[in-house]
Amino acid sequence: MYKYFPHTPEDIAGMLAKVGAESLEDLYAELPREVLYKGDYDLPSAMSEVEVRRFFGRLGRKNRQLVCFAGAGIYDHYAPSAIPQLIERSEFLTSYTPYQAEISQGTLHYIFEYQSMMAELTGMDISNASMYDGATATAEAMLLAFNNSRKADTVLYSSSLDPKTVDVMRTYAHFHGVRLEEFNSMTTSAEDLKVRVDKGDIAGVIVQQPDYYGIIEDFTGYADACHSKKALFVVNSIAADLALLKTPGEWGADLAVGDVQSLGVPMSFGGPTAGYMCSTEKLMRKLPGRIVGKTHDGNGQRVFVLTLQAREQHIRRQKATSNICSNESLMALYVTIYMSLMGKEGLKEAATISYDGAHYLCDKFIATGKARLVYDKPFFNEFLVDIDGRDEFYDRAVEKGFVPGVKVGRSGLLIAVTEQRTKDEADELAALL
Amino acid sequence: MNNKLYGKLIFELSHPGRRAYSLPKDEFGSHELPSAMRRAEDAALPECDEMTVVRHYTNLSENNFGVDNGFYPLGSCTMKYNPPINEEMAALSAFNNIHPLQPLSTVQGALQVEYDLQRALSALTGMADFTLNPCAGAHGELTGLMIIRSYHETRGDSRRNKVIIPDSAHGTNPASAAVCGCEVLEVKSTADGLVDFDDLKQIIADHPDDIAAMMMTNPNTLGLFERDIPAITKLVHDAGGLMYYDGANLNPMLGVARPADMGFDVMHLNLHKTFSTPHGGGGPGSGPVGVREGLEPFLPKPHVVKNGDKFDIEQPERTDSYTVENNHVGPFLGNFLVIVRALSYILSLGKENIKMVGPLSVLNANYIKESLKDDYELPIHGLCKHEFVFNGLKDKSTGVTTMDVAKRLLDYGYHAPTIYFPLLFHEAMMIEPTENESKETLDGFIEVMHNIAKEARENPEIVKGAPHTTPISRVDDVEAAKHPVLTFRQLAAE
Amino acid sequence: MAKVIEGLYYTESHEYVKVDGNVGTIGITDYAQNALGNVVYVDMPDVDDEVEAGEEFGAVESVKAASDLNSPVSGKVVEVNEALEDKPELVNQDAFANWIIKVELSDPSQLDDLMDAKAYEEFCNNQQ
Repeated sequence: MYKYFPHTPEDIAGMLAKVGAESLEDLYAELPREVLYKGDYDLPSAMSEVEVRRFFGRLGRKNRQLVCFAGAGIYDHYAPSAIPQLIERSEFLTSYTPYQAEISQGTLHYIFEYQSMMAELTGMDISNASMYDGATATAEAMLLAFNNSRKADTVLYSSSLDPKTVDVMRTYAHFHGVRLEEFNSMTTSAEDLKVRVDKGDIAGVIVQQPDYYGIIEDFTGYADACHSKKALFVVNSIAADLALLKTPGEWGADLAVGDVQSLGVPMSFGGPTAGYMCSTEKLMRKLPGRIVGKTHDGNGQRVFVLTLQAREQHIRRQKATSNICSNESLMALYVTIYMSLMGKEGLKEAATISYDGAHYLCDKFIATGKARLVYDKPFFNEFLVDIDGRDEFYDRAVEKGFVPGVKVGRSGLLIAVTEQRTKDEADELAALL
Repeated sequence: MNNKLYGKLIFELSHPGRRAYSLPKDEFGSHELPSAMRRAEDAALPECDEMTVVRHYTNLSENNFGVDNGFYPLGSCTMKYNPPINEEMAALSAFNNIHPLQPLSTVQGALQVEYDLQRALSALTGMADFTLNPCAGAHGELTGLMIIRSYHETRGDSRRNKVIIPDSAHGTNPASAAVCGCEVLEVKSTADGLVDFDDLKQIIADHPDDIAAMMMTNPNTLGLFERDIPAITKLVHDAGGLMYYDGANLNPMLGVARPADMGFDVMHLNLHKTFSTPHGGGGPGSGPVGVREGLEPFLPKPHVVKNGDKFDIEQPERTDSYTVENNHVGPFLGNFLVIVRALSYILSLGKENIKMVGPLSVLNANYIKESLKDDYELPIHGLCKHEFVFNGLKDKSTGVTTMDVAKRLLDYGYHAPTIYFPLLFHEAMMIEPTENESKETLDGFIEVMHNIAKEARENPEIVKGAPHTTPISRVDDVEAAKHPVLTFRQLAAE
Repeated sequence: MAKVIEGLYYTESHEYVKVDGNVGTIGITDYAQNALGNVVYVDMPDVDDEVEAGEEFGAVESVKAASDLNSPVSGKVVEVNEALEDKPELVNQDAFANWIIKVELSDPSQLDDLMDAKAYEEFCNNQQ
């Protein structure tokens, strides 16, 4: 028999007798003949572990691990070595959603810690237990704003949002019946925003901080402009940068969303990571996803449990606040351990080095005379430059072992720096210009 | 598993001034962040030394029960074994240290992982092509419904927004339909637990031209194969609708029948159920969506394709607004490391062994059912597939409920079955063993279930008060919902 | 046996309305609170909101269930029972004393479409 199938032929014969079947085929006696699959699956034959290792080893060698100056949503931040061995503990890894609180306090405790840390980081009252990724979390925020309003059907979003996020929002909006309208938060004053919101059809306004181009935007007055007509103000942020930046809570946001990948999660070709959604207490019962709360058990011990489940799909079915069911629990654990290890100071220190590195590299680029900042605005750890002969430079850098950034338009390059990059690497990249 | 509650929060171990990290020196020189853009106060994150953090999470893990701890008969969740080889492959640095926007020539291996899994899933289901972008089953459902609506829209038939869903369906089905802007029409089940064909005919007659799709899981949540599936698909297709297959229950069909051959047009499956990737306490999962020939243009982008011997990404130029060729359900190519694990599982089993998954899981389910039906009420007799539903204890006079039985199981070192679902039976208890469980494990479970039935007769209080040996006893979930405390800051302020 | 009070009007979704002049006091019935179990939250509209007969105006949540509130009559909300914000369990204690909203009736003839106590009692019996 196969290593994952324990039954011997005798076991099978005995069990079939108990069931009253002659053969394994008999267990499917009620299936109409026309649906039975009699063929051989078009798959390879079973591989031993030696062969599986060889197969993936070969594919791994077809990937190149480059010195990464690319960002655009996924960043090459440092991760402490303690994290992988902890999240791989099988009690965490192989457990289900913690519905049975009595044997899931491990999961429930760390989700509570995750919620607490994300609320602290974003400056919001509360957080859910995580979502799929930053893009879908933003689309869910759009739906929340839309469904929160009885009359308004339009959600405004800034053109400085990550286009990948906008693509997801557009898809969700199209099918759900949300009207989307673009505006530019880099050039729209609070007064102008208020004029638009005052028309009464705006359910929410979504902005990004730092925005797609790495720019630290100024949202002064935006929250008031939204709230004058009960529109929700939604701020999407790169989580790690909030160690230093003015928080969504301080900007007056009703919802803070984004991706947690920047909190040390491996780039891993874009996934898995997790999205976060934090809110004011007022929106607590409208948040999608799972939420863990404190309570006590029969013996008076402080314990944690999934709560506010009346919002969720398994109870409210088509009237649920969202269809989301799984969160990204293990990735929430990942970033919870990350924030525990890095702590208050480590998060700031990593963000500071990233900030300084980006400004150092930007100065180097500009000094060559072959690159120009596209926006003359404050930026965080990522910046957009126009480069003469961008594609040649890009190819040259790849050949030398770099991902020099992410191409934007015909001549732009979006470049990110993290605490994992060195001055030597930055100098070498700039020298390739 | 440790049966004493550890119970601490990392915030309670924090001590100002402690450090658990080391970073390189900042060699870039100081650059000032404008003060107007800085947060006023630091985030109140814990300050601990490294060993304190490691011990804390190690201790927390010991108050958890996973598949590696013991039998996990959760219905509709397919809690199968999560092989370590999958974890080893997903941990390869060549898969972890690559950026999703690197040049395609530098990520050919990653693209091949995606492509090979797309092809393998097509082989196993009969679908023409797959997207691996959705991150969970519910995400897959939404994606599948978007594809269906895109198809109708392209034919200029955009008023089709009704989705027929059986009353026994997973709660995600109606919720996904609603998020996709559809209205749900619920079709009843017959007394033997199958879709009521006459009710379905009536629903379709009442909605001659606005049925977008029918969503079904087959076998259904009672573990019964919908025998009328050829007639059902014909009825829905004749009315212009498409058939959606909820792959939550695909496991018993491996080696036996393919959704495409049953007449389904669009489906999702769960890599964290059928293809052995770990549930991780509720994610990350993966919910690939497959479509039959003709529907491929509506698969979300980006999408991996093969041109000659090179792998490529299909990603149309961005336009100013939504188009059906530009469905997007996530920023990149899904939960890549989950995809690596699933491919590792399929390659390990190979075409010979994967055929045995369905029959062995079905044998296990029927064996438990037949062994326990004298003590537990079996509302629907006959062969089940991978799972079945008891309607509580047969002897209702003891007052012992399904909840009590579930909690008592925890005392004996088993995870509880799925309870109070499906909604068709008041005391539903849904049991799904997987193909990985040995006869000894099943016999042990059967004996304990008999014991609990005996306890219910002879000493019901011990069952009603269960669990007794777990780290905590039953929790006050009314208090949790009435006065929500959701963060440490709120807790500390109490 | 669930309590039913004479002189009130009832809906099939288990709301009642008690009429004084042109003001209707609306809540859920004893039968409904019993079916829901421990109520943990009552979602109420704002004063001055308009409600319509047969349309949802809020929801009652227990731990394991949630039920929409459908208004028996149309009109403008003149008062909401703020006591339920902190003590939703009052609904379980006495569903008739602990009403949810008061509405200024815009069309009293809608009352004719509702059940009286006797009809509602029969309706409940048939539910079981």
